[in-house]
Amino acid sequence: MSIIENHETVGTPFCSNPKLSARDVGVFYGDKQAIFDVSLDIGSNEVIALIGPSGCGKSTFLRSLNRMNDTIDICRVTGEILLDGENIYDPKVDVVPLRATVGMVFQKPNPFPKSIYDNISYGPRIHGLASSRVDLDEIVERSLQRAGLWTEVKDRLHSPGTGLSGGQQQRLCIARTIAVEPEVILMDEPCSALDPIATAKIEELIDELRENYTIAIVTHSMQQAARVSQRTAYFHLGQLIEVNNTDMVFTTPEHQLTEAYITGRFG
Amino acid sequence: MTDSAMSTRAKVEKSMKKRRAAESRFRTYGLLSVLFGVLCLVVLFGNIFSKGFSAFSQTVLTTTIHLDTDYLGVTATSDPQELRNADYEGLIKQYLKDTYEPSGRRERRDLYGMVSVGAAWQLQDMVLENPSLLGQTIHINMTMDDDVDQWFKHDRGTANEALRFSEQQLVWLHDWVDSGALHGRFNTIFFTNGDSREPELAGIRGAITGTFLTLLVTFLLSFPIGVSAAIYLEEFAPKNRLTEIVEININNLAAVPSITFGLLGLAIFINIFGVSRSTPLVGGLVLTLMTLPTIIISGRAAIKAVPPSIREAALGLGASKMQVVFHHVLPLALPGMLTGTIIGMAQALGETAPLLMIGMIAFVVDVPGFINDPSTVLPVQIFLWSDSPERAFTERTSGAIMVLLGFLILMNTAAVMLRRRLERRW
Repeated sequence: MSIIENHETVGTPFCSNPKLSARDVGVFYGDKQAIFDVSLDIGSNEVIALIGPSGCGKSTFLRSLNRMNDTIDICRVTGEILLDGENIYDPKVDVVPLRATVGMVFQKPNPFPKSIYDNISYGPRIHGLASSRVDLDEIVERSLQRAGLWTEVKDRLHSPGTGLSGGQQQRLCIARTIAVEPEVILMDEPCSALDPIATAKIEELIDELRENYTIAIVTHSMQQAARVSQRTAYFHLGQLIEVNNTDMVFTTPEHQLTEAYITGRFG
Repeated sequence: MTDSAMSTRAKVEKSMKKRRAAESRFRTYGLLSVLFGVLCLVVLFGNIFSKGFSAFSQTVLTTTIHLDTDYLGVTATSDPQELRNADYEGLIKQYLKDTYEPSGRRERRDLYGMVSVGAAWQLQDMVLENPSLLGQTIHINMTMDDDVDQWFKHDRGTANEALRFSEQQLVWLHDWVDSGALHGRFNTIFFTNGDSREPELAGIRGAITGTFLTLLVTFLLSFPIGVSAAIYLEEFAPKNRLTEIVEININNLAAVPSITFGLLGLAIFINIFGVSRSTPLVGGLVLTLMTLPTIIISGRAAIKAVPPSIREAALGLGASKMQVVFHHVLPLALPGMLTGTIIGMAQALGETAPLLMIGMIAFVVDVPGFINDPSTVLPVQIFLWSDSPERAFTERTSGAIMVLLGFLILMNTAAVMLRRRLERRW
C-alpha cells in the first residue's frame, strides 16, 4: 500500500444541515504535521464515527473540535472549524463557552475523585446552570437517568465516583458531560477500556443520545462504528480518505485504502 | 531439538549458582548498610539519652523555713512591690546559718554556695502568690546549686567528690542525703525558665517559644509564597527560556549552604530594611528564604503528579484554567505540598548557622512574647550550652537535643500521617 497520491476525500464529506464544519483543517505538533487539509461536515443529530489505524490523527482531529489541543503548547491548528457557522478558532472565541457547548468523553473513564453527585453537578455549578439546590438535584437525576445509571447509583449518590466499575464510571462521565446540556458530544474511544457488556450499554446510550445531540465518536472497533453511527469517516496518515454512509463504507467502500482497512489488511 | 533444549537447560543450571551468589551478595550488602545506619542511630540516641536523661531531674533540699516578718520587714498586707523587694536571700542565709552553724567566713560561704540563688526566687514567688504565708513556717524544696546537683547525680560516694567540696560541705551533703532531705525531682525549671548563667536555673522555654515564633513566621510566609510560586510555575507560566532559568535557579537555591542565607538576611533584612536583629521576625524571614525552594520543588512535584486525565475532564466540561487548578489540581496536590512544607519546616527547625549570622546567638534570659522580642531558638540554645564549661550544661545540652529530636520526630510523623490520611486514589 503506497502513500496516497489522491489527496481528495472521496464520498460525501459535506451535508445539508451541518452542526460542525471543518474546512481545510491542518494540525501541527511543532514542525510535525498530524492532520492534512481535512474538510468534513458533522450533521445535526447524527452520529459520525471516525475510524482508521493507530496514529492516523482521528483523535487529534476530534480534540481540535473543542480546542482541547490548546492545552498542548506546541500544537497549532490551521484552517477553520465552524460551529453553527461561527469559527471556533477565531481569536474572539472563548474556549469556556465553546467547551460547554461541545462536550467530551475520554478514552479512559476519568471521574473526579469526588462523590457521584459532585461529579455530575460540577459542570452545572461552574456554569451557573442551576438556580437552586432543588434544581441541581433535578439536573443530577436527569443526567444520570439519561446515562442509564440512575437506578444503579441513586442510593449512593454521595459515595465516591471512583468506586464504581469501569463501565459505570464511563457512563458517569457521559452523564457528567450531558449535565451541562452541550449540543455536540465528542467521544474518544469511549469503550476501549470496557468489557463487552459495558460496551453494549454505552452503545445503546449513544443511540438514545442521538435524538438530542450531535455525536462524533472515535473508535477502533469497526463493529462499533457500524452499530452506532450513520456516517463513517476513514482517516489515514493524517488525511481524511473517505466519508460515506456507514452502510456503504462497510459494504462497498469507494477508496482502496478504506477497503484494505475494513477487510483487515492493516490497522 | 532435545539436545539443544537440554543444553540450554544445562547452561542455565550452570549459571544459576553464580546468579544466586550475586543475589545473596547483594542482599548482604543491603542488610549491612541498613544495620550500619541503625547502629549509628542507636549509638547517637544512646549517647544523647544517657547523658541527657538526668537533665530532667533537679536536686532539691526539702526544709522548713520560718517566714520571719520581722526579718523581711513586710506583712501579709504589704503591697506587692514591697513583697517583691523583701530580702529573701538574706532570710535563707540566716536560716542556713542558724541551722548548720558554720564556723567562720569560709564555711559560711561554702554553705550558702550550695543553695541556688533560685531558692530565694522560689520563696519570693510563694509569698507573692499567697502573702498569708508570711509569719508561718513553711515547707520548701530549695533548688540546689548545680555543683550539688551533679554531685548528687554522679559523684556521690566516688573519689571525685573531694575535688569540688570541702570536708565540711561533704559532711552536710551526706547528712542531707541520709536524712532524705536532699533528693531529686522532676526538673520543671528546665521547661519553664529561659536561659540563665546558672545551670540549675537555665531552661528551654525561651528557646522553645523563640523556635515556635520563628517557625510561625517561616510558615506564614513560606507556605503561601511557595505554593503560589509552585502553582504559577507549573500551571500558568509560559514554558520559555526565562521560566527555565527560574527553575534552574530554584534548584540551585535549594542547595545553597544555609549560612549564606544568614549573611543575606544580615545584609538585607537587618542592614537595609532595619529589622531588629536577634528576633523571631528576622529569623523567620531568613528561614523562609531557605525553606522556599524546598516547598516550591515539592509543590511542583505534587502538582505534576496529578493525573492529566483529571485536568482534561474538567477542561472538557468547560472549566476555566483557574477553576481546573483550584477545584481539581490543588485539592489533589495539597497532601504532597503539605508534606513538603512540613519537611521544609523540620529542616528550618534544626537550622543553626544562618541564625548565628543574624544575632540569634545572643544570651537571652527573657521568654519572648512576640515576634519582635529578642530570642533564641532550640538549636542555637544547644550550640550555646554545648560551649559552656559547667558539667550541668552538658547534660542540659543533651536534654535540649532530646526535646529538639522529639519535635523533629513529631513533625516528620505528622508529615507521614498527613500523606496517608489525605492521599486519594484515582
